[in-house]
Amino acid sequence: MAKGGVGVALVDRIGAALNRTPGGIILTSVDALVDWSRGQSLWAFPMGTACCAMELIAASFSKFDFDRLGTFPRPDPRHTDVMILAGTITEKMKPSVKLLYDQMPDPKWVVAMGNCTVSGGIFYYDTYSVVRGADTFLPVDVYIAGCPPRPESLQDAIVQLRELVKQESIAPGNRRERKGNLPRVIAEGGDAQ
Amino acid sequence: MSPQHDLNYHLAQLTSDLDARISDHFEDVVIEISPLNLLQLAGELREIGFDRLGMVTAVDLGDEFEMVYRVTSRALSSSAFVKARIGRVDAHIASLCDVWPAANWQEREVWDLFGIDFVGHPDMRRILLPEEWPGWPLRKDYDDPNVIHRPDYI
Repeated sequence: MAKGGVGVALVDRIGAALNRTPGGIILTSVDALVDWSRGQSLWAFPMGTACCAMELIAASFSKFDFDRLGTFPRPDPRHTDVMILAGTITEKMKPSVKLLYDQMPDPKWVVAMGNCTVSGGIFYYDTYSVVRGADTFLPVDVYIAGCPPRPESLQDAIVQLRELVKQESIAPGNRRERKGNLPRVIAEGGDAQ
Repeated sequence: MSPQHDLNYHLAQLTSDLDARISDHFEDVVIEISPLNLLQLAGELREIGFDRLGMVTAVDLGDEFEMVYRVTSRALSSSAFVKARIGRVDAHIASLCDVWPAANWQEREVWDLFGIDFVGHPDMRRILLPEEWPGWPLRKDYDDPNVIHRPDYI
């Protein structure tokens, strides 16, 4: 949290600042405020396509409870900020995943959870029906390795994702560049491949 | 007469009537039959109490396919395999949807992965793969250019 911890530092300073300012006025940059509020409530679209979804479900219930990170699973893509891809993506499922991603409002992020969504995993070789990695058709922001990853890994991914969110700016033309040979115009109706 | 005797009697009748060959595989009866008589055999099996079709699959034997059906009977506490061999070129066999409605999706799966046409099936479409998929993946000679083969050193 030391590097780029704008949001957390902001939270820490709010109490002290309110004490100092009886009128209740706090000055901050718009970007810091917007990124902080976005990062604190990354509602998740649980795209569970295979067994990793079990860990995703476990992570969202009381024992691990990633609701305390502000990440709340919603079954509707139009309510969500981050798509968590949990499980093997088959060629037949790919159009549906892409459609659901396109239905999410901007700004949106993608977490690839588990080896199958990262690279195809054990289905990389000698398989005719499995997509070799979600980043062949979606701009993935955070990768979680594991087969399946523990719920703690998923929570760490959300924390990592917050760091990415903090790099965003709402100014036009100032959006974070996505790394790698990823498609960038999916939301505008272009064919990703 | 016990149900088991009853079953043996019926199966012996079928063997002679329909030119089938009956053998035992562990506790299951295996009935091998010509594909031409399959539909009739299925009807007879349903008549004598085999009311559930549990599995439809196929085996690629290289020069021909072997269809495998597994039927079970709650009344007779018994199960049987029905096998029929069909040619590889223009592979087709009678659909059993009229006898056991459960055959519908299972035959679609065999069509999807082996390319065996079921004559008389009400809805012969692919079920697991996308409709425009090229080829039949579970055939031994299937070669998909998109498949990456595992190298020996892994």
